[in-house]
Amino acid sequence: MTGTSPPPAIQFVGIDKRFGAVHANRDVDLAIEAGTIHGLVGENGAGKSTLMSILYGFYAADRGEILIHGRRADIRSPADAIHAGIGMVHQQFMLVETMSVLENVLLGAEDAFRLAPSETRARAVLERLAADYELAVDPDAIVADLSVGEQQRVEILKTLYRGAEILILDEPTAVLTPAEATHLFRILDRLANEGKTVLLITHKLKEIMAITDRVAVMRAGEIVADFATRETTIERLAEAMVGRRVLLEVDKGPSVPGAVELAVEDLVVTDRRGVRVVDGVGFEVRAGEIVGIAGVAGNGQSELIEAIAGIRAPTRGRIVLHGIDVTGLDPAEIREAGLAHIPEDRHRMGLVLDFTAEENMLLGHQDDPAWARGLLLDGAAIHTAAATAFSDFDIRPNDPGLRAALFSGGNQQKIVVAREVARSPRVLLVGQPTRGVDIGAIEAIHERLIALRDRGHALLLVSAELDEIRSLSDRILAMCQGRITGECRPDASEAEIGLMMAGAAGREVRS
Amino acid sequence: MTDDAGFLVLAAPVLGSGLRLAVPLLFACLAGLWSERSGVVDIGLEGKMLAAAFAAGAAAATWHSPWAGLMAGMAASVALALVHGFASISQRGNQIVSGTAINFLAAGLTVLLGQVWYGQGGRTPQLEAGERFLGLDLDLGIARLLGETSGLGQIWSEAIAGHNILVYGALAAVPITWWILWRTRFGLRLRAVGDNPQAVDTAGVSVAGLRYRAVIVCGVLCGCAGTYLSVAQSAGFVRDMTAGKGFIALAALVFAKWKPFNALAACLLFGLLDAVAIRLQGTPIPGVGTVPVQVFQALPYLLTVVLLAGFIGRSIPPKASGIPYTKDR
Amino acid sequence: MSPSSRRELPALVDYALIPLLNLAVAFLIAGLVVLAIGENPLEAVAIMMRGALGYPEGIGFTLYYATDFVFTGLAVAVAFHAGLFNIGAEGQATLGGLGVALVCLTFDGAPWWLVFPFALAASMLFAAGWAFVPAWTQARRGSHIVITTIMFNYLAATLMVWLLVEVMGKPGAMSPETRTFAEATRLPFLRDTLAPFGIDLGQSPLNPMVIVAGLAAVFVWILIWRTRLGFEIRTVGKNPTAAVYAGIDPGQVVIVAMLISGALAGLLAVNEVMGTQHRLLLEFVAGAGFVGIAVALMGRSHPFGVVLAAVLFGILYQGGAELAFDKPKISRDMIVVIQALVILFAGALEHMFRPALIALFDRRRALAGGAA
Repeated sequence: MTGTSPPPAIQFVGIDKRFGAVHANRDVDLAIEAGTIHGLVGENGAGKSTLMSILYGFYAADRGEILIHGRRADIRSPADAIHAGIGMVHQQFMLVETMSVLENVLLGAEDAFRLAPSETRARAVLERLAADYELAVDPDAIVADLSVGEQQRVEILKTLYRGAEILILDEPTAVLTPAEATHLFRILDRLANEGKTVLLITHKLKEIMAITDRVAVMRAGEIVADFATRETTIERLAEAMVGRRVLLEVDKGPSVPGAVELAVEDLVVTDRRGVRVVDGVGFEVRAGEIVGIAGVAGNGQSELIEAIAGIRAPTRGRIVLHGIDVTGLDPAEIREAGLAHIPEDRHRMGLVLDFTAEENMLLGHQDDPAWARGLLLDGAAIHTAAATAFSDFDIRPNDPGLRAALFSGGNQQKIVVAREVARSPRVLLVGQPTRGVDIGAIEAIHERLIALRDRGHALLLVSAELDEIRSLSDRILAMCQGRITGECRPDASEAEIGLMMAGAAGREVRS
Repeated sequence: MTDDAGFLVLAAPVLGSGLRLAVPLLFACLAGLWSERSGVVDIGLEGKMLAAAFAAGAAAATWHSPWAGLMAGMAASVALALVHGFASISQRGNQIVSGTAINFLAAGLTVLLGQVWYGQGGRTPQLEAGERFLGLDLDLGIARLLGETSGLGQIWSEAIAGHNILVYGALAAVPITWWILWRTRFGLRLRAVGDNPQAVDTAGVSVAGLRYRAVIVCGVLCGCAGTYLSVAQSAGFVRDMTAGKGFIALAALVFAKWKPFNALAACLLFGLLDAVAIRLQGTPIPGVGTVPVQVFQALPYLLTVVLLAGFIGRSIPPKASGIPYTKDR
Repeated sequence: MSPSSRRELPALVDYALIPLLNLAVAFLIAGLVVLAIGENPLEAVAIMMRGALGYPEGIGFTLYYATDFVFTGLAVAVAFHAGLFNIGAEGQATLGGLGVALVCLTFDGAPWWLVFPFALAASMLFAAGWAFVPAWTQARRGSHIVITTIMFNYLAATLMVWLLVEVMGKPGAMSPETRTFAEATRLPFLRDTLAPFGIDLGQSPLNPMVIVAGLAAVFVWILIWRTRLGFEIRTVGKNPTAAVYAGIDPGQVVIVAMLISGALAGLLAVNEVMGTQHRLLLEFVAGAGFVGIAVALMGRSHPFGVVLAAVLFGILYQGGAELAFDKPKISRDMIVVIQALVILFAGALEHMFRPALIALFDRRRALAGGAA
């Protein structure tokens, strides 16, 4: 009898998916063995989430197929995926917070019209699962009262209750404390030992090295590497993740840093759940320099920028703008003090999509006396300013009276940049300036930012695109889990920066 | 002892009246509870009640049976509920606007049709005794046991026994609602969809299906409320006979924090306030003088505003209430 | 962003065709109701138009009704711009009446043009004050303004009953009301002013407030689109997150918008109490606060649209009165039904025809593209 090894638990064959112009998954081939913990890493936008969404039935692939335990699986909805034994723990939990753990586990998986018999069975199963996998949670506790780690355990219990043999976890440790993360890894270990298959999506390379058996790397929609974990190193993973890309040539002279324009001291920002998303950050930005913050999204950069801009109140620490303490001031006052802010999400924060481009030029500057004529807004002045901005930045179509929603992403961003740059702010906060922006606009925006720097302004740049950070910044700070984990020059190697971004460099910079 | 007994004898009819006044509120309040627990805001309770009252009055007169009235009342109310459901669930429209439209639709159509059909200025024909829900003879000899003129005996005969069947129906609807929503699979899913419809969707259950069912139950209960007004409490439909009870029921719902037994207490409270107001009209209270009846009338509204402002604890509606569900990925 | 229903249609379709379509459907269904009760809808429309616009007195009444609806329509529209649904215009207008009555009764006998500014101020002040509590609880405590304004409507009604019965009422009156204002303190009827020019407005109570209504519409237009406050209101209404980013305090803007909204509703009271009834009585608002909702929805919250919609409802009210006289079966409640259908189709179901229209335009574009 020939010994055939069992088919892989999951096999992706030629999965291809496009969203309009974006090629999210390019002919992906990947095999995941049963009883293993398989990691999937990649930067934001690499295509990991899309692949998992296809596996879980949120989307259908344009081409290709998925084999579960060697048999072709036709997964068209989450119900199909659950039926095929796949369970998913999402980054944003799918829990009903006002209900108990037991009710959440039962939701959709009840046996009968009356709840009582289902509850009895569920309690027994939960007790068994708790013992087998260290997944103890009080079944009668209300989910809203649980810690994040416990809530995540409820999500895992939900999948196991439905008989999942394959578990997908999407960035599970993003919201966990180190202790909770360790506990999670013990649970995953035991699950794998019992023959279950775990697919771990994360960008934290240290965790990959610690817990996984194999790791696949995705970049720009493709699988670029698939290693056995013990045969690779963090450095190789970082390099595969970040990769080699065509750097936009930005003509940049050396910076001549002047006085300190922005100083952040021991800044702490906590979110609604009490987690310290910015954990004691301190740095300076001088006139005539661009400081770039490199890091995978979700490590506190957004909250840091929001705190400096006055949108979010810091818990502790100081923000000083050319000598003036602006901690705790509101956005209008901080703008008046000479700070401008290009937000990360122009749709949610930077623009009012229903307003015309002209009206959007007012946003944040509606109090400026330059726009007022007596009690009314000076329509003519606004119109002229908008027209100037449009020709200056080559915004197309050249019609400031058009609704902002009708402009392309690149042109929308140009409107925001034009607005924020118009008043020559001494400090400019820039968040993801070229996200969703076409190449031509990227160039223009980059040139603008460099020009500002050369005129003696101070810029703080946050971007998930490491290339952008490297080409624009004079100094790079890496941020991971709310802390500055390293500082380097833009000509440092990608590997070095990647390591700092993943929090693996071991050199922490605190102040 | 005579003082106590005297007080009870005085209080008994007021309690009984309070209970009867609370019934339409209770039905409407439970109706709103079902709808909002599933995430569909319903300020059209008033309109559905009114439409049901009209349909019930007309049907009872036509087919000479209060049960025909009840069927017609529920049918009219469910029809309007489905319009609201369509606008809110399938068309993802503004639920407040939709509810407002339902209210006006009912206000206009009822009087219009009433005038066309019966020509009595919008009312339906006066109902005979046999066409109404009258008080049941449920004495069971207890009155004699307690002493017919004693305090307790009066409480029994005035406040507890002898109400019409819809009163007992309303009281029964409270534990039934509780049981279905908290002890069955359907109820679990319905409550979940009002809090986190995405969780329900990812579990493979239809969000729209649950919400439509909730809206239909809401219609049925409003139908009972309206029928009670025209076929039990009064002898026929009169224009605008709901007089804002649908909104007081909403106030009671907020007051009750969307829980059935609290709703019972809140509606009983409001009904009692109403009964006391009627009883005290013109009668001076020692030390205060004559309290204007409007003070009692205003109390339910004032209490609601105070509650909503968070001054008597917090009243938080189901999280997904009023937000149309779109599968946004 | 949800796909199909947000795809772009030409502006003309979005701002003119779809509203007209919604309106047409509303009237179609109303016509069916008329048919169902055994009358001819087309004949009914003819009678209505004749009654509302066919002769000067009719026009006078139409404009008088429209005046009320312009005020409440503007009130609801301003609130809509801030993202709020002000159902409390009815109660706010009622309190406005209290203000007007207090002024007129205090200065009873003084010439109207001296009292007029005070009456305007009082109506706006009292009405805005009535809007303040719901506004504050929404802005600072998160209480849903829809429920609180509905509660305040009922409180206003209750308050008015008590005041007119116990405090301000004319002793010995059959119904609760104050004494009638002296002749000098009443707003002049335009019918008297225009009679020398040969315009006979009959019995219509049209008074100078119609001009104030027009001015109010212009004022709202300037406010919303030409002032800093208007910009802030619109930003908060469309994107509260962007408002915070722009340094705007959403809570403060909500309160200010509601105060303005209330004040506009209050002006109705001057038309009714000082201009028509010449005394304060119960229910003088007579549902105009709710018509304002239909008017604001139909007029897409734009003052120009509000004025047009208000005139349309004025036609409906006056034409409806005439119709009820001619055809007793179609009572004035038919107007309420039309009002409801307009609110339903212009409000809750406003996007119902979008998918069909998008498909239509897509096909036309595809054909045009294919031919090229």
